Amino acid sequence: MEAALAAAVRRGIDGVVEIRGLRRLSGGASQETWSFDATVSGATLPLILRRRPGGAADAPPQSVALPLETEAELLCAAATAGVPVPRVRVVLEPSDALGSGFVMDRLEGETIARRILRDDAFAAVRPRLARQCGEILARIHAMRVEGLPKLPFADAAAQLVNYRAVFDSFGRPHPVFELAFRWLADHLPEPAPATFVHGDFRNGNLLIAPDEGVRGVLDWEIAHVGDPMEDLGWICVNSWRFGAALPVGGFGTREDLFAGYEAAGGCKVDPHRVHLWEILGTLKWGIMCMMQYSVFERGIDRSVERGAIGRRSSETEIDLLELLL
Amino acid sequence: MYDRPTLTELVASVRDFIERTAMPKLEGHAAFHARVAVNALGIALRQLEQAPEAEAEELARLRALLGRDGNLEELNRELCARIRAGELGLATPGLAEHLRATTFAKLAVDQPKYASYVRALAARASDTSR
Repeated sequence: MEAALAAAVRRGIDGVVEIRGLRRLSGGASQETWSFDATVSGATLPLILRRRPGGAADAPPQSVALPLETEAELLCAAATAGVPVPRVRVVLEPSDALGSGFVMDRLEGETIARRILRDDAFAAVRPRLARQCGEILARIHAMRVEGLPKLPFADAAAQLVNYRAVFDSFGRPHPVFELAFRWLADHLPEPAPATFVHGDFRNGNLLIAPDEGVRGVLDWEIAHVGDPMEDLGWICVNSWRFGAALPVGGFGTREDLFAGYEAAGGCKVDPHRVHLWEILGTLKWGIMCMMQYSVFERGIDRSVERGAIGRRSSETEIDLLELLL
Repeated sequence: MYDRPTLTELVASVRDFIERTAMPKLEGHAAFHARVAVNALGIALRQLEQAPEAEAEELARLRALLGRDGNLEELNRELCARIRAGELGLATPGLAEHLRATTFAKLAVDQPKYASYVRALAARASDTSR
């Protein structure tokens, strides 16, 4: 793999002498993240490889994930729009025999939410993060859909239909989820102007440095076209507060998030609409936990980790009751 | 009637073996999975202890709410169908309280340290003591 990767990297970066320190960071059965360094005329360039070894056909069942080539295109478009993202260096080609994927810069910073929320190193930057997130989201939502690769359309009504179908396919009774589905169907907002939406903008997918704050927005694989308020609601979902009290990612207030968004050119925020997306987001995460269990149930991954996630959907039930009652 | 050890004793001994003997010898991903395994056996132990009473109470509430007899699965399916159809909702007397009690019982097994559960439990305790 190392020789093939070195050959691919040379296509995108001039003067690569060798690559070193290749190691797998994380990832599931089908998607992998690797860390390595390229030596370029005496200097060291820290890099990340994201790939699906079996190519696009290897995407997990029920996955809504975009092809990695599309994710690479979105990262480039985001960089042009002034969104902090890692620079894409090389997109893999079939002749590389490495599957599908791309190589990007490995930025210095922290993505583990609990450290961002609890380590002293981040104490000074934490109060600034919510406003910064708002500013970055405004820039993401300004990305023109016409200039991007074809993306699925999914506003609140469409997502409700999609998640209803997935939930029904499991055949398990969840009265709290039924209540949330019913409430959402009764409170669906007017359609929003079709906007580019990141889809997974939350604490855990933001690379944060102790001095400057958000340095990279990661995981663009469920980006779509829809309602911009979705991204503002999603980062407020209780699951992404990791036990901390503040509503935005555990680190900030809605007021700061909204103020940053509006100051950076985002549309006027409707807090009711954001609240609806927080409820829908909480329900979605509960159903995603059931989807993880389904991968276990069908024997695709029998690990205790995969199975046990099914027992986390009850966390979202108590959050939904807090939001609805 | 099965012989000793009890199910609880068996599961607890496996959990203790993983946590105290095996886990310290593991590294990286395997150590992480051992931690997840210990937590999973914690869920199993709490369910063994709490399920009989929690499920009996859930069943009694469902019978009262739906006005008919049946087992837990049947009654939960009927409750879901009636919420979905809009026949039962937050205005239905007893429904909110039933959902709260049932969800609390699930969290007490699945994730008793989950922050919003701990907070909700504390709020409920101060409500009842008033």
